[in-house]
Amino acid sequence: MERALTLYQTTIGKKAVVALTGVILVGFVVGHMLGNMNAYAGEEAFNGYAAALREVPALLWGARLLLLIAFPLHIYTAISLARLNRSARPQRYARKVDLVTSQPAKWMPYTGLILLAYLLFHLAHLTFGWAGPFNPENPFDTFVRGFQDPAISAAYIVGNLALGLHLFHGVWSMFQSLGASHPKYDRFRTDLAVFLSAIITVGNLSFPIAVMFGFIQ
Amino acid sequence: MSDKTFKMTLHVWRQNGPKDTGRFERYECPEVNPHMSFLEMLDDLNERLIEEGKEPISFDHDCREGICGACGMVINGVPHGPQRLTTTCQLHMRQFEKGPYEVWIEPFRAAAFPVIKDLAVDRGAFDRIISAGGYISVRTGSAPEANDQLIPKKIADRAMDAAECIGCGACVAACPNASASLFTSAKITHLGLLPQGQPERQDRVRKMVAQHDAEGFGGCTNHRECEAACPKGISVDFIAQMNRDLLKAMITAKDDVPSRD
Amino acid sequence: MELRSNEPTGPIEQRWTKHKAESKLVAPANRRKYEIIVVGSGLAGGAAAATLGELGYKVKCFCFQDSPRRAHSIAAQGGINAAKNYQNDGDSVFRLFYDTVKGGDFRARESNVYRLAELSVNIIDQCVAQGVPFAREYGGHLANRSFGGAQVSRTFYARGQTGQQLLLGAYSALQRQVAAGTVKMYPRTEMLELIVVDGEARGIVTRNLITGEVEAHTAHVVVLATGGYGNVFYLSTNAKGSNCTAAWRAHRKGAPFANPCFTQIHPTCIPQSGAYQSKLTLMSESLRNDGRVWVPRKKEDCDKDPNSIPEKDRYYFLEERYPAFGNLVPRDVASRNAMYVCNDGLGVGPMVEGQRRGVYLDFADAIKRLGEQTVRERYGNLFEMYQRITGDSPYNTPMRIYPAIHYTMGGLWVDYNLMSTIDGLFVGGEANFSDHGANRLGASALMQGLADGYFILPFTIGNYLGTKRSFKPVDGDHPAVKDAVAEVKSRLERLSNAPDPKHAPEYFHRKLGALLWDKCGMARNKAGLEEALREIPKLREQFYREVKITGTGEGFNQALERAGRVADFFELGELMCLDALHREESCGGHFREEYQEDGEAARDDEKFSYVAAWQWTGDSSKPQLLKEPLTFEYVKPAKRSYK
Repeated sequence: MERALTLYQTTIGKKAVVALTGVILVGFVVGHMLGNMNAYAGEEAFNGYAAALREVPALLWGARLLLLIAFPLHIYTAISLARLNRSARPQRYARKVDLVTSQPAKWMPYTGLILLAYLLFHLAHLTFGWAGPFNPENPFDTFVRGFQDPAISAAYIVGNLALGLHLFHGVWSMFQSLGASHPKYDRFRTDLAVFLSAIITVGNLSFPIAVMFGFIQ
Repeated sequence: MSDKTFKMTLHVWRQNGPKDTGRFERYECPEVNPHMSFLEMLDDLNERLIEEGKEPISFDHDCREGICGACGMVINGVPHGPQRLTTTCQLHMRQFEKGPYEVWIEPFRAAAFPVIKDLAVDRGAFDRIISAGGYISVRTGSAPEANDQLIPKKIADRAMDAAECIGCGACVAACPNASASLFTSAKITHLGLLPQGQPERQDRVRKMVAQHDAEGFGGCTNHRECEAACPKGISVDFIAQMNRDLLKAMITAKDDVPSRD
Repeated sequence: MELRSNEPTGPIEQRWTKHKAESKLVAPANRRKYEIIVVGSGLAGGAAAATLGELGYKVKCFCFQDSPRRAHSIAAQGGINAAKNYQNDGDSVFRLFYDTVKGGDFRARESNVYRLAELSVNIIDQCVAQGVPFAREYGGHLANRSFGGAQVSRTFYARGQTGQQLLLGAYSALQRQVAAGTVKMYPRTEMLELIVVDGEARGIVTRNLITGEVEAHTAHVVVLATGGYGNVFYLSTNAKGSNCTAAWRAHRKGAPFANPCFTQIHPTCIPQSGAYQSKLTLMSESLRNDGRVWVPRKKEDCDKDPNSIPEKDRYYFLEERYPAFGNLVPRDVASRNAMYVCNDGLGVGPMVEGQRRGVYLDFADAIKRLGEQTVRERYGNLFEMYQRITGDSPYNTPMRIYPAIHYTMGGLWVDYNLMSTIDGLFVGGEANFSDHGANRLGASALMQGLADGYFILPFTIGNYLGTKRSFKPVDGDHPAVKDAVAEVKSRLERLSNAPDPKHAPEYFHRKLGALLWDKCGMARNKAGLEEALREIPKLREQFYREVKITGTGEGFNQALERAGRVADFFELGELMCLDALHREESCGGHFREEYQEDGEAARDDEKFSYVAAWQWTGDSSKPQLLKEPLTFEYVKPAKRSYK
């Protein structure tokens, strides 16, 4: 434990925590998207999938617990690292040109904050029913009626674009931070990052679009 | 390529010591020869300033052949200026022949590199990172015969790739977080690849990373700006290696408290 | 005063062993009572400070750079010699010794050179153990190459950055001792005076280059490892900061300066492109293996595109004059001939101060013969460096080269223990005169620096301390210390407040350099040297009258730093000319035009087989000459010929 704390005190340790929780969150996001694909199979399939999740409470709560740890840890560590990094250069450059870094990489803190806001909204909407239409008996109904509201769809789209950008840098960065590097496979790390972020973004954005255009109803 | 001189305007950061706030001052250079090095252009300006009774611009430099790592300034937003794989002393004015004719020159900026004067900064933090563990503990005279331990050529070459770091600090200057990860990881990897470096490998990475952080450098967030600005082309792969070494050391090390001597 | 070399007697291969066996030691518990000052943190200084710290002495190490890792040893490209005979090509300690004595044109002390060759093998072991990534063969063994015309492959190398890697090795050992608390490092601190008490070196006066503070540091032993004085010529391959001040201050305090006129010229440097030039860049001599050196035969072709000059109008002067060796004649021969053709008005490249100083080094034939790919593999890095500096690509346009000052064999006189005539003042590396005679072999400078630093100084200093045992206490209040501090302060005052300030220090340095390069450079003659000796004092007087320093001495002031160094170069330059004038022979790096036979340097062993060590008398124009006669028991002086 003492050693874990010592590790956490280093910038590399913090970054590893961000990366490791990132891996969990990426896994969650992928699973979440794949599960939602049931919507394309119709109301029954979707509600069946939702019900199936609840049938194994150990798994559901296990996953929820993991996320409950991973999310705050990811956010808290990333923020504390960002503050530390800012303080490493108190006097900014009058002119600074970035040579290779990508815009999504520079936007990480902002896409992260957008994601946080979106996550809270998303939970409020679909889990707790505090915002927007909510039908606890029929998740499919909640899903469809929600996305029929342009405001909710817009929030969803913004959130998922932020997610895509966040993943674009995050996935590659994860490998690097955890030291998973090998000259032979390194080029696949960027390929995987592009692939994953594209798939997730396209997949997630397809839902509100499909609802709005009436493919799912 | 022509020998025609051209005009340039410089905006140079002037700062009298770490406590001064600092400001840009504007200088006109009416006759810049394209064959001059960037530092020779500043030399020339400095001689003029002295003759006019003004204080010359302070900047670090020594070997002027790109190996000692003393020189370094941020030129129009890029450490060591616009030419890739080139230190400031090796940057020649023909790079500016077609413009830009207006150039902003700033010191390497980082909390861990306090400004001494104008463009000269204190990079003593690098020495302290090396002191923390960037060595192999071997007494003079106690070395075994050199060829007793064979090292595959590939490994030796890779170690040399990392060892080429000149310690100029451009990585810190370029990093959005003012992190010295590239510098630190190059030394860790250089020694960690070699069989001689194995006994202290875990201790080394823990101590050097701890010192890196204690100096006030930021952490790596994988922008790869360091690699792009590095005049020796040191690869960010070494940062991944350092991360791996540190994680491994923290998980598998036999002792809890790093100790030596 | 008589110079005593204190070399051991007996068979040469046993002298160092015997000397060690007969020397006094200092017990481990007593070592921490002794303070040792090491000035300079390059290969010699860094290695000495690290090793002395390891032994338990209290060490203070000083360097003017911002980090010990930046000492100019870092710039050495080629490699380091060692008599390992890994290549099974007949090398041995004796052969390396023999080659070094012969290469030094019989002006070095045999005992020292033998010890150097003997220790060369330990250096490689030490460096490998430190993690120096030397080049290796596929089987994992260390690789070697032949260097500078040697008949055996005994040079170890790390790409083109051998000096850097060796220095980083020494630096890491040094930083380890800094962490252990045995060495205290003083970067950005320049030595400006030696403190001598009752004939013993007991400390130094320094200026903190950041705060401008002038401080005294006392100790029991002072080691100077402050490099060479090539920058006396203003343009050289040395780093801009390289200077002679530490050595010169010791000289003025009584340490004889030996063979100052032995300066080495490197034939393949990138020529000066304009009056603004601040330094010259060396390119590996290996280029001469495949490049052909030429100039136009006609003066009117000198500013033409070289590719437009037909073959018959090209003058391959080395191939024509030395058919047997051609472009591979030794450094000094290649250099002088380049100078002569340029003096004849056949030089190429930009006109600088009324003369074109450059000759072509052409790879067109090599590219035709070997293919561009092979040439790229061999010289790609060098071609890139050349292009970065000049803007021309050697693949399409012949390179331009010109000789430049590269290394200085002369330095403070030392005995076999590397101690000067001032007790407790030790001198290592390029700063001493000891091992290279009148000329240094390629890849031997790194070897000497590390031999001195790792293996010789730590031992001979122990012997000195063990023999002497009791020291009078000297602290900051001692009159000698106070005087030295006052002297430094008044010198800084004088430089800062010239009566008629007009020009920056560089202005005078450039003038001095041009004068010395002209009169005391690659070729010297009586009339020229006498003229230089008339000019230097005038220029020096002008310097003290007109040097202009802006800003204050109480802080970071690079112009003031340089002014102090230039002031000392003036005096050293004068001594160089005096030495060159007195040495009426040509040997090694010293070529007197009056002394040649059929165009070859003519050494005069009858009259000049000695080390000329000059003692300061208070008048820089009248130093006293002390001679250390040289005897050669193992390598008999022979004449060289490259015709």
